[in-house]
Parts: sequence; C-alpha cells; structure tokens
Amino acid sequence: MKPSYLEIGNWQLAFSAGLILVNLLLSGWLRLGLTRSLAVASVRMAVQLLLVGLVLDYIFALDRPLPVVAIGLVMTAFAGVAAVNRTRRRFAGIYLNSVLCVFAASYVVTGAALLGILNVEPWYRAQYAVPLLGMVLGNLINGVSLALGHFMDGAMRDRDLIEGDLALGATRWEAAHPLIVASLRTGMIPTINSMLVMGIVSLPGMMTGQMLAGAAPASAVRYQIVIMFMIVAATTLGTFGVVLLAFRVVFSRQHQLRVDRLRLP
Amino acid sequence: MQGFQPILLSVHGLSCTVSGRQLWHAVGLEVGAGERWAVTGPSGSGKTVFLRTLAGLMPRQAGEIQLRGQSFDRVWVPAWRAQIVYVPQRPALPEGSVQAALAAPFRFRAHRGRAFLSEDAGRYLAQVGIAADFLRQDVATLSGGEAQVVAVLRALLIQPSILLLDEPTASLDPARAGKVEMLVHHWQSAAPDRACVWTSHDPAQLTRVSDLRLAIGSPS
Repeated sequence: MKPSYLEIGNWQLAFSAGLILVNLLLSGWLRLGLTRSLAVASVRMAVQLLLVGLVLDYIFALDRPLPVVAIGLVMTAFAGVAAVNRTRRRFAGIYLNSVLCVFAASYVVTGAALLGILNVEPWYRAQYAVPLLGMVLGNLINGVSLALGHFMDGAMRDRDLIEGDLALGATRWEAAHPLIVASLRTGMIPTINSMLVMGIVSLPGMMTGQMLAGAAPASAVRYQIVIMFMIVAATTLGTFGVVLLAFRVVFSRQHQLRVDRLRLP
Repeated sequence: MQGFQPILLSVHGLSCTVSGRQLWHAVGLEVGAGERWAVTGPSGSGKTVFLRTLAGLMPRQAGEIQLRGQSFDRVWVPAWRAQIVYVPQRPALPEGSVQAALAAPFRFRAHRGRAFLSEDAGRYLAQVGIAADFLRQDVATLSGGEAQVVAVLRALLIQPSILLLDEPTASLDPARAGKVEMLVHHWQSAAPDRACVWTSHDPAQLTRVSDLRLAIGSPS
C-alpha cells in the first residue's frame, strides 16, 4: 500500500543534514565553540531516532500488549531520570521519586485516554499508545523538573524565612505552603502558556505530523485538543506528586527544615 | 533567684557532634520561671546550635529536653515551639507591612483561638519609645536594627514561656540594642512564668540582661 505522504529516502536524509552546515560554518568562523557539541548532538539525534524507528516498527508489527507496556516503562524511566537531571540539587531517593511520579501520572492519564476517551480496541494498539505516552512524557519532564527544581532551590533560598515560621510554631505544612504553591505554579505555567497561543503562534508538532501524514486539519486539531488536556492532567498529577515527596524529605516529621539533606552534585 | 519558682525547661546529657568534631558534651541545664540565662563559649563552640536544638529546629543527637515536665519527644512540635521561641541573629521577615509580619504567626494552628491585637504591639512599641505608625511601615524599608526589633516583638506577641535570643543585637547600634533589651525586659516582667536565654559577643550586655551563666564548648 502506498502511503498518502512522501517517503524520505537515505539521500534525502543526508541532504537534510547539510542544513546544519550553515551553523557549523558560522560556529567555526566566529569561534563560538559549538562545533563539537553540535556535531555530537546531531549524530546522537539521528542515531537515536533511527534506532527507535526500528524498535517501534518491530513492536507495531508484534501487536502484543507486553512489548507496548515494556517500551512504555523504558520511556517512563528515561523521562523520570531526565527530569531530575535538569535540576541542580539532589537528595537521597530523588530519582526513584521522580520515576514513580512520572510513571503514575503518565500511565493513569494515558490509560484513561486510551480506554475512556479514544476507546482504542484493543487498548494496547501501539499506533495510539506509544505516541500518546510519548507526548505526555515529553511535557511531563518539563513540569516535573521545573517544579522540583523550584522547590529545592526555594527551600535553600528561603530557609531563613521558612525556619522563622517554624520557630514561631508553624507546622511543616504551614511553613512550606507558599513554596509548594509557587513550585506547582512554576511547573504548570509553561503548559498553560503554550495552550494560550496554540494554533495562533505555534503549530504543535503532533498536529503538524498528522497533517503531513495526510490527516485532515480539522481532525488533527481534535487529537491535539485531547492531547493537551492529557498533558495538563498528567503535569498536574506529576508535579504535585514529586513536590509532595520532596517536601517529605526536606521537611522532617519533627517539623524541621532539613536543607542539609539537599546537596549539589 | 532561688526558691519556689517552677522549673520551666530542663536539659540532661545534651551532646552534639558536627562532622566528627564534638561541639559540646553532656550539657545539663535547668531554667526556672523568672530566670535570665546567658549561654557563653568561644566562637564556634556551638551556641547557636545549642539554642536551635532547644527549640527543636535541629535533630537532637543525644540527651533529653523537657518543658514543664513534658519530654520533647511526646509533645506536638509546633506546640513546643509556641512555648519556647528561638530568635535568630539575622531574622528574615515576610514581605509586606510590619503589622502583617507581626500578625502572620497567629494564622498557625498552634495559635488557634488567639488573635493578633495591634494594641498589644503598640503598647510594647510605646514602652521602647517607638510610635505606633511604625506598624504601617513596609518591611523592605526597615534597617537591620528595626528588623531585629520586629523579630523580637513578633516572638514576644505569641507569649512564649521561654525566649531564646541568639546574638539579637550583634549588628545594632547601642540605642537599638537597648530597645531590644528593654522589649525583652518588659515582656519578662509582665508575667512570673517567663524566662530568657541569651547569647552575645558583648560581655557588658550579658551582664545587663542575665544573672545565670551556662558555659558550653571546650575552652581552647
């Protein structure tokens, strides 16, 4: 069956790589020092995507639930680790916390969408499950890392203020509440902002992809609307979970602020 | 000072080691109602850590603390801190007016059923010669000395039994330092079951504000 879009061949792929020559030339001429990292990033991007394409082709062809769930778990674990790696500070168990929250938020929301909204039959069809989960994870990483980073940096920055409240009889929750609220807002705001301008300033990647693949714009935007609500729900759940777990580490049961448990790697 | 005053705070065998270095070992202390204490020791001997430990702001490594006969481990910590308040050397105050900063702690569950009365604050301020319109001033415009007055006043207003004052006048000119001392004096003399514990670099100040000494840390 001939697809309804233009296939990209190897030579065409190679020509597209020529586009970054512009950057390489400029970088060399102005001594930006970006040549190396740009080359590494370009090669990594191409290799990672080509490999993922092979893996996904295989999984799509298998059409079994287990491989779909397995690749989902691998993606989730990478997302959880990546979210932590974008923050500056660390505490014991931070990676586990992040992976757990990313897992719970993305699986609950993607599962609800597959079963309850799109009514995909059977639910594990990789064509739907993998891209939806991937979209959710990609955005969840941002929310989780922003909220987590804001919480840890804020606890360190405002420690005198927070401890001042604790010293006057605040519970750990009362003392942390302004910081928790600010952290959740920080995690949510990029998603909210992107929804405000969506379609006017930016054409979302998934929607664009569907249109390239031949979908009618009017049906592509419907997918985009569903995915945005999924992203909002997952980001809310994920950021709330990860901030709450960090709160339980940074504020002890004895209502003490334990910034000594935060360290810079 | 001896006699029938009840013991407010009793400390037994309190020890502290920070990164392998022993700050103080097996410290004992009994603070009775109406008493005025000073904690002394060479710089770096852990006076701040000691006061923070009494307020339960730091984990206790060894020893036992009791407030009016009740062990720290059996008391809801915010209720403990409503009774024994630590005032740091460089206090941080929330954004907003002085009055808002003074009223904020009354929202905490530990102070449920009590309300901030600006008359109370005004009375304390009058006692140290500060006009009541000070309450409307923005915290951001306060000098270090004025902020310290607010911090001490904020602690007094929640009416604790014990005030722990950690170098509260270290960066203040003598006039401001005198006001902080007077604030604490007025608070303590208003009720019999109150006590305070000071640290200070200024020996003259310790002579003015305390009658009893606790030396901690090994003399080097």
